[in-house]
Amino acid sequence: MEEWIIDILISLAKTLAFFGVILLWAAYITLGERRFASFFQNRLGPNRAGIFGLLQPLADGIKFMMKEEIIPKNANRAFYLLGPTLFITIALIPWAAIPFGDTVVIAGREVKLQIVDLNVGILFMIAVSSIGVYGIMIGGWASNNKYSLLGAIRSSAQLISYEITMGIALAAVFLLSGSLSTRDIIIAQMQSPWHWNVFVQPLGFIVFFVSILAETNRVPFDLAEAESELIVGYHTEYGAFKFAMYMLSEYINLITASALITLLYFGGWGIPFVDLGRLGLSVNLAGLISVIVFLVKTGFFVFVFIWIRWTLPRFRYDQLMNLGWKILLPLALVNLFGTAVVALLV
Amino acid sequence: MAFKEILLNMGPQHPSTHGVLRLKVALDNEVVMKVTPVLGYLHRGMEKLFENRTYQQITPLTDRFDYLAAISNNLGYLLAVEKLMGIEVPKRAQYIRVIFTELQRLASHLAWVGFFANDIGAMSVLLYGFIEREDILEIFEEYSGARLTVHAFRVGGVPTDINDKIIDMINTFILKLPKRIADIETLLTGNRIWKHRTIGVGVISPEDAISLGLTGPSLRSTGIKWDIRKDIPYSSYQDFQFEVPTSANGDLYDRYVLRLEEIKQSMRIIRQALDTLPQGETLTKVPRVLKIAPGEVFHSIEAPKGELGFYIKSNGTDKPERVKMKSPSFINMQSLETMCLGNLFADIVAVLGSLDIVLGEIDK
Repeated sequence: MEEWIIDILISLAKTLAFFGVILLWAAYITLGERRFASFFQNRLGPNRAGIFGLLQPLADGIKFMMKEEIIPKNANRAFYLLGPTLFITIALIPWAAIPFGDTVVIAGREVKLQIVDLNVGILFMIAVSSIGVYGIMIGGWASNNKYSLLGAIRSSAQLISYEITMGIALAAVFLLSGSLSTRDIIIAQMQSPWHWNVFVQPLGFIVFFVSILAETNRVPFDLAEAESELIVGYHTEYGAFKFAMYMLSEYINLITASALITLLYFGGWGIPFVDLGRLGLSVNLAGLISVIVFLVKTGFFVFVFIWIRWTLPRFRYDQLMNLGWKILLPLALVNLFGTAVVALLV
Repeated sequence: MAFKEILLNMGPQHPSTHGVLRLKVALDNEVVMKVTPVLGYLHRGMEKLFENRTYQQITPLTDRFDYLAAISNNLGYLLAVEKLMGIEVPKRAQYIRVIFTELQRLASHLAWVGFFANDIGAMSVLLYGFIEREDILEIFEEYSGARLTVHAFRVGGVPTDINDKIIDMINTFILKLPKRIADIETLLTGNRIWKHRTIGVGVISPEDAISLGLTGPSLRSTGIKWDIRKDIPYSSYQDFQFEVPTSANGDLYDRYVLRLEEIKQSMRIIRQALDTLPQGETLTKVPRVLKIAPGEVFHSIEAPKGELGFYIKSNGTDKPERVKMKSPSFINMQSLETMCLGNLFADIVAVLGSLDIVLGEIDK
């Protein structure tokens, strides 16, 4: 077979496998969120479909597909349909640059467990995820509903403000790793757990964590869909599968955020005090283990997000803006400056 | 660029209007310019209905006013009837009435804490409040057979005496509750976000509160010590030792803290009532067909939500000529706009939650 055909086949297989994993995972987070929420609240949660309710996402999916498609009479039809489509597309794109694990050997060639190893990986992801706000804006505006519009306005203001803080917090990480590639950032943290950026950059991590919590529209920053005042915010007028698309993309964003935390601050697929390369395992087994480690770490942060959501109250719009601009932004700048000075001296 | 005012229609179908309240809200960006409640979506013509029912038949209907505190409604109505008839209720019955109305206050306040936290976005607290409320409802079920719309009292006393099982249930519950309250306090009282959202929000001055007729915990949060249980005692409340908690700021945080404190005081009252429960009859002899000589009466009690008053005019037949109810939720609603103006949109929901309204009582 021609070399380039194999290359294309491998890329195709990776793309399909990764997106399959992400979509399935997002669907199961909906179940996980509901089950964990019930445990926090002394309830049982959905446990009827299959054992432990494991078929619940499937049942939900079927339900959403069977529902009647309702488009509000005064909505702008084209944009109304564009909103969720755009949102879910943009939610999936960052996964092109996120590495799931180390390398494996397939058909005699080394394959990175990553769709593409961009040399500007992180920059690409941030750039793409900023477009995500259009999915919300368009959906909220096109529904022709005041609650949706308020939700969309809040959401865009929030995303734009917190992106700045997030970017500055990340700049400090780039200074240390000297690269924008996701893979290089992980490899720079590989030596020992003390090289993990969470210990090197504790302040930066806090700023980044809060910002990404705001970026994903989760409690305590879920103002865009603040249920108690805005009903569900920007997707109030969406039903059936279009609603499912919004929900699914929010959960995909949640996984993306967790994966970012893992790879930027918690050493990616590295296991503390164990060097996978020196254990004498076959390359493929080591690669598989690295994938599992990455997924476990990411899963843990997904759990943390769920935990926070069901524990904390919600901020108010002005308080959110104050926190972003008056507290987090100066902290991020101080952190960047400090890191720069240290990096210059050491 | 100047923003145009947005006119927003909140409700009657809205997750945070506690039923079917409709608010017409004018917003300047996010700042509240005007709030106008529109009532009547749950109007059932109860006061008119009363004119066609005998005095005894009215009692179970009063359950449906404030459905989170049915027993308090019963008590308010019955005390007015008994005052009109001039009959004395046996001491034991009075104590049992106190025990059950205080349990009802606990149930109402626990549900309130949950709803209020939910309005601010802390969703788990709702369920914590409800677990405890469930125990109270079980006690009610054991006593009267009903859980929500409890018809617990009768004209002249209480229908059945409380037995050992109920006393046991109450005692176990009272022992368990402080730990649960501590859980809720851990989640909310010291929480920075909670404080940000509640301190200094929805403030009302004592003068405004009085002129708008505010009663209950919301009034006491402005520093005015007015509790009918203490100031015009009824049903033997003078026999019990309890404090009337007040605070000075009149904001949402104070209302929250006050209600938690009231829960503790109610537990104190229940404990004392159980310890000193007198022996004797529980029901005065009352004729089966109650015909009350012409006259009128007004009697009010301290319901969980504020002052609950009943005005009854009798005309010598077995049915009242007119019954008018002064419901705390309805009166307290008046202060909503004063508390909301100039605050942000999200605060409307929080203020509305803090007032503890029940639409069954507002629309009647």
